[in-house]
Amino acid sequence: MLKSNLRFQRKFLAIPYAVFMLLFVVAPMVLIIGYAVTNGSGVPSTENLKLFFSDRNNVDTLTVSLLIGLGNTALCLLIGYPTAMLLAKKELGFTMATVLLFIMPMWINFVLRTAATRDLIYWMGLRGGEHPYAATMVGMVYNYLPFTILPLYTTMIKMDKSLVEASYDLGARPAQTFVRTVIPMTMPGIVSAAMMVFMPTMSSYVISDVMGERKISLIGNSIQLYFDQGLWHMGSLVALIMLVIILVGSFFTRNVETEDDARGGLW
Amino acid sequence: MKDNNIIIELKNVSKHYGQTYAVEDFNLQVKKGEFVTFLGPSGCGKTTTLRMIAGFEVPTCGQILLNGRDISSLPPYERPVNTVFQRYALFPHLDVYDNIAFGLKLKRVEDENGKTRRLTRREITEKVRSALKIVDLEEYEDRDISTLSGGQQQRIAIARAIVNEPEILLLDEPLGALDLKMRKDMQLELKEMHKKLGITFIYVTHDQEEALTLSDTVVVMKDGMIQQIGTPEGIYNEPANAFVADFIGESNIYSGTAMGGLKVRFLGHVFDALDEFEKNEKVDVVVRPEDIKIVPAGEGQVSGRLVSKIFKGIHYEYLMMVGRSEVVIQDTKSLDIDREAGIIIEPDGIHIMAKELTANIYDDAYIDKNNNVVISERPFPCDVTQLVPGSTLDGEGYVIGPDGTVYDFTDADVKASIGLGDIEILDDVDAGEAQGSVVASIYKGDHYMLTVRTAEDEDFVLDTEYTYDEDDRVGIHVKPESIALTLKGEAKKYAKK
Repeated sequence: MLKSNLRFQRKFLAIPYAVFMLLFVVAPMVLIIGYAVTNGSGVPSTENLKLFFSDRNNVDTLTVSLLIGLGNTALCLLIGYPTAMLLAKKELGFTMATVLLFIMPMWINFVLRTAATRDLIYWMGLRGGEHPYAATMVGMVYNYLPFTILPLYTTMIKMDKSLVEASYDLGARPAQTFVRTVIPMTMPGIVSAAMMVFMPTMSSYVISDVMGERKISLIGNSIQLYFDQGLWHMGSLVALIMLVIILVGSFFTRNVETEDDARGGLW
Repeated sequence: MKDNNIIIELKNVSKHYGQTYAVEDFNLQVKKGEFVTFLGPSGCGKTTTLRMIAGFEVPTCGQILLNGRDISSLPPYERPVNTVFQRYALFPHLDVYDNIAFGLKLKRVEDENGKTRRLTRREITEKVRSALKIVDLEEYEDRDISTLSGGQQQRIAIARAIVNEPEILLLDEPLGALDLKMRKDMQLELKEMHKKLGITFIYVTHDQEEALTLSDTVVVMKDGMIQQIGTPEGIYNEPANAFVADFIGESNIYSGTAMGGLKVRFLGHVFDALDEFEKNEKVDVVVRPEDIKIVPAGEGQVSGRLVSKIFKGIHYEYLMMVGRSEVVIQDTKSLDIDREAGIIIEPDGIHIMAKELTANIYDDAYIDKNNNVVISERPFPCDVTQLVPGSTLDGEGYVIGPDGTVYDFTDADVKASIGLGDIEILDDVDAGEAQGSVVASIYKGDHYMLTVRTAEDEDFVLDTEYTYDEDDRVGIHVKPESIALTLKGEAKKYAKK
């Protein structure tokens, strides 16, 4: 019987992945949670939480981050959705090359690209130092637009066109068809696009620093600041707050089937 | 003539995509409550026609009249027709109830005071439930579409369409994705539903059996054109042309010659038939395998050799060779094969139809000493090198083969074939190779098909865009390269030693 136990099984192939997950996902997460709920001497306490929320600045940072995250997600979807729709329309004859045009900015170094954007809008008359929020939003939308277009485009080209025809056939006008058929059909794309934009926006302090000339502090700035000052417990708490926000977000979208839903469990 | 019973009429409807014609000059009247089927092989334009009725495609020209009103350019959401799609096209984000209620929720009805209003929740629920009852899926209201089997999805798709009480229900190969057994059951159910609902059904399929089973009227299509419109019996028993005969059921199709007076010659025998054609007219003869009776050798009209036998359940299918022609025969008796037998075909089993002419064929042409082909005593310059592949012509008019053999084709018998479009008609009677007078002119939509008869009674059939009157004297010219020649017998017979 020993022999058969040693036989190679397909699931052994998952071992490297599992090891990787343990080392680089589970372990850091445990560390973050551990640091977040303990005080300097390693004793469990809610001290960090009280400290964070008693500071007005921290609450403001969290609110601003949430608002910028939501605003950026909304703007990216508003611009990205019609763009993806046009690209996915076969009759218009856009090819993968045209789609690439929208993706290509991502190939330029992120910091460089952001700095260039700042100079460009400065030249156009929008000074980051005077209008930090507007400038930050421009930078955010520019940076994250490709991440919305791509998942939307993928769901749209896969969408069954006969469903749109069925909707017309049953009496829905173009606007009604869009609301009742096209939007629900592309919901998986909308959700993954939103997830791709919302969380990174809240934590990416480079864009707000460069575009808004350090006039805006986002939650990412706080984390960096705490860790730079060696305040591991506070930094971990802020990271944990972000984690909770993600969990809440995915709780609300859990019913929408996303692209990789069909994938099975690890074992 | 105005007929109030006509619910939908297609008048000269055509659909072009660039240079290709998907549907050409489609004319059809459908009566209220009729079950009409568009039948044809894929790419014949049947689905395009259905989509034009649904409103997904706009006709390039022609009119679609619904109850006498032109709806050709009306968008699909304003047409009182509903479609059952080929792959059902059910909304995956909605459950069974919401799929069926989709159209009802959008609907506006007029109340007693002439005001328009939406349907109430109760009305919608009632209608959805009765639609589910019709398709026999009453308990499935709350089910997710993805949990349903193919057959159940099919029923929901039908329920979703009929719940809107359309004036016409369009069905685009609705049973195509089901297995044979289920398809048979659904066919019967569809037929029942049609009777019960009294809605006009327009059905698209490539399955001839399905079309014959379901329809009141079958429209057979090919290459965007209607081949025949008729009842299932009419189309089966009296096919309009060889294509219809071949497509509907199994057929033996032969080239025959009308002998005048209800007689036709094919399979080397003169048979009595029921259709009269002009003497010597080339015709297609269609005989259904079940209309042929096998009799002992010597007792039949024609005899041949039975070469194979296949058991088909309710009958055997035999293959008989009569000379070089195959005859497929269905018979319930089990007979030995590999033996001689005779066949008898009754006059009502023989269907004769005019042959579609594609080229002029001259069987008794020959080559003269100047390398012209002589047709109807008239020499036509031609390219004799086509008789030997890879050959060339030398200075003296001999054909030199690729291996150096010299051929002299003087007086060689050939079959010459000239396309209808390759014959040029000349007003100057003496300018061409031959002369004759116009004996017939048939308008073919965008050109005329003329028959020019020479003094020697040979006919040249040609296409032209110009009009000619009968008895006009004309000349005929054919470019040498347009005459296709086939040598009778072997080329080496003409080799020079």
